[in-house]
Amino acid sequence: MKHIIFIFLITPMLVFAQAELKGVVLEANNSNEIIPLPGANIFWLDTTVGISTDIDGAFSIPYKKEYKKLIISYVGFSTDTLDIANSNVIQHRLRPLATLDEVVLNGKIKASATSYFEAKNIINISSEELLKAACCNLAESFETNPSIDVNFADAVSGSKQIKMLGLTSPYILIATENIPSIRGASQAYGLSFIPGTWVESIQITKGAGSVVNGFESIAGQINAELQKPTKDNRLFFNTYVSANGRIELNTHINTNLNEKWSSGLYIHGDMRDKKFDKNDDSFLDMPLQKQINVMNRWQYTDLENGFVSFLNIRILNDQKQAGQLNFNPNTDKFTTNSWGSEIDTERFEISGKLGYVNPDIPYHSLGVQFAFSNHNQESYFGLNNYDIEHQSIYSNIIYNSIIGDSRHKVKTGVSFTYDNYDEQVLDNDYKRTERSFGAFFEYTFDNIDDLNLTAGVRVDSHNLLGTFITPRFHLRYTPWERSALRASFGRGKRSANIFAENQNMFASSRTFNIRNVSGPVYGLEPEIAWNYGVSFLQGFNLFDRKADVLIDYYRTNFNNQIVVDFENSQEVNFYNLKGKSYSNSVQIELNYNVFERFDLRAAYKFYDIKTQYESGELEKPLTPRHRIFTNISYSTLKTVNNSQWKFDTTFNWLGKQRFYSTQASPLLYQLPNYTPTLSTLNAQITKVFSNKFEVYLGGENLTNVKQSNPIISADNPFSSNFDANFVYGPIFGSMYYTGIRFKIN
Amino acid sequence: MKNIVLLSLLFLGTAGDAQNKNAKASIEVDGVCMMCKTRIEKASIKTKGVKYANWNVKSHELKLIFDEQKTTLKEIKQNIIAVGHDTKEMKAKDEIYNSIDACCKYRDEKVVKDHQDN
Repeated sequence: MKHIIFIFLITPMLVFAQAELKGVVLEANNSNEIIPLPGANIFWLDTTVGISTDIDGAFSIPYKKEYKKLIISYVGFSTDTLDIANSNVIQHRLRPLATLDEVVLNGKIKASATSYFEAKNIINISSEELLKAACCNLAESFETNPSIDVNFADAVSGSKQIKMLGLTSPYILIATENIPSIRGASQAYGLSFIPGTWVESIQITKGAGSVVNGFESIAGQINAELQKPTKDNRLFFNTYVSANGRIELNTHINTNLNEKWSSGLYIHGDMRDKKFDKNDDSFLDMPLQKQINVMNRWQYTDLENGFVSFLNIRILNDQKQAGQLNFNPNTDKFTTNSWGSEIDTERFEISGKLGYVNPDIPYHSLGVQFAFSNHNQESYFGLNNYDIEHQSIYSNIIYNSIIGDSRHKVKTGVSFTYDNYDEQVLDNDYKRTERSFGAFFEYTFDNIDDLNLTAGVRVDSHNLLGTFITPRFHLRYTPWERSALRASFGRGKRSANIFAENQNMFASSRTFNIRNVSGPVYGLEPEIAWNYGVSFLQGFNLFDRKADVLIDYYRTNFNNQIVVDFENSQEVNFYNLKGKSYSNSVQIELNYNVFERFDLRAAYKFYDIKTQYESGELEKPLTPRHRIFTNISYSTLKTVNNSQWKFDTTFNWLGKQRFYSTQASPLLYQLPNYTPTLSTLNAQITKVFSNKFEVYLGGENLTNVKQSNPIISADNPFSSNFDANFVYGPIFGSMYYTGIRFKIN
Repeated sequence: MKNIVLLSLLFLGTAGDAQNKNAKASIEVDGVCMMCKTRIEKASIKTKGVKYANWNVKSHELKLIFDEQKTTLKEIKQNIIAVGHDTKEMKAKDEIYNSIDACCKYRDEKVVKDHQDN
């Protein structure tokens, strides 16, 4: 019987000259968990026929009878050689290596990928992708990803702003390890307070997110997973020096104290103490700055009893000085001697997570999250004074279970948040306390095949926003192989921190007016928006190489928005939306593995964002309608000691962007309606000498594109026309940097 | 060896005590690959009363949690053999076995050998 079947099996191979060998590569572990290894290298010994596994660890490689030995390798794992007699499907488990000094022949990890299986449109950015842009913090981590736009907030503070679906970061829920972290007082500069080396991976969810982490997100959610003491290198050291005078040091020290406890100390320091004014407008191109940022993590793992826990403590001190070249804070602060600005931030944070999985009933689990932060910013911008103090508490309890069987999963829980704000804006004091208590329920159905969906709802009772319901829904359907069709909708609601979120406006001579008085937050109403999205992902083979194409469309409709109106060049006005405000976003993205170790990503983005201002319905300012993005990465074959070269380059083209109206300004200070188009090019070369040591060299804005006059009336900064808010492109011109990474495992 | 494993809770059920809503059992089911895993787990979980099913490719152990008031281990096994996978006591019919994908032919030593770690 068995032999008959064997013959039956072998026949197709004799018939077809070109057969395929299929299989899956998994991680070998003691618990026999199924952990696929995406990006493992598979090739036939003594041939050039090779391929890497996909996101599920699966592969399919051309097979001929002459091929006998199949080599499977993966960074950090043993390299195995299998004897292959026929093209039957294989499953292979690779053992992780304790030390890694042997020759790995070939390496490729798909650095950034959209899943075929998740209900939500989640883009995962791995640590590999994060290395492509060596500098410096979370804001810059997105420069190699087309879904997020990164640009300067203004022409003096040097701070970068991100946008998703064309909406600025306040509309994005930004979390570290699923605890909302960049919000409130840290909204403007918070991204620069998370050093790049601390980030292990980033998950970007476009559109309505999950209800589990709150009601605030509108455009999407970004979660940054930080380095874990048990997974990170025992010792990591990184230094970075740039031609614009920035020096950065990062040190990680991780220790396993005993079987259950491990601890990590992460220290970041950066400094820029040289003054540059390359465009001769008497203003520093980039601020002077100093940052010290220390985090201590404790991890407790007891898998037998189902406990994992983290405790984090973080202290940050950040100082920036911007403004005119000859500005001296000691003598010129709050005078008209020269224009200057200082922004000093102190932040303290403590957060903890406890996860429990019932070892007997694995589908019962409980998670507890708690975070407290105190954020204190003291700053001034010329004669404008702005201080903010913000204490925040976030707590969340999540219980996971099933209904009937494990195809029907539920998450339910309660959360409590507290925010206390104390702001000094020019001569006005603003104090407010926000408290909310909420309960959520999220149901997930998965038919273990071609369909899954997540439907969630939460009810919150908030002292200023009232009691309200937040529904969110996601669906994934696979109509045919290597595809995923997704749809989502959801609601978000938030109180706009008008001053903290728009601090760039202080670098101007404008007056600031709040036009409404009856609302609960600065006299304004809460912002409410609905987001709807569809996306389609299709994987295919182009000339026998893997490719995928992703198309998505999202629409955000604001029921109420706090309109930030810069259209009068003497004023900034805040008021409740009267009329329509919406954002349409279309993105088409192609990923293609052109040849071994050479990857291409190209994307086109279209935005149609309009808001009803007092002066009429206008396009969102300083946001291009069209954007083209390409990223190319290539790495050489790994040789002895895993040494290799890596090359990465990113090209961006931005279409014209609308300037705020300057019609009311004197003719001298009037600007055209639209900015010119803009192209920028970044590149980085990394030389890996061994697993312990690598050196990188890179350049940003290689074509030396510069916005000629980023500051209006820079020669007379105390005149009524001074304004640093008209920034659409690079201020600095091209910039080169170099750095090293040293790690011991 | 761990050819058949029945956990104590099952005996409680047969002893006439109150039937367990979260009865745990671990049985051996033959199979070779990830496709088998999906097939086995799907067949298990589609049995009314089964709450959780996880099959280990390497050890061939199928961990189950099910409601004894709604189903029995025998019924679950019948559903597993109905999709072509042998259990220790019950074997799948040849015509069903023959209909599963070529790569999943776990009764074939050659296939099994090819799936094994070297």
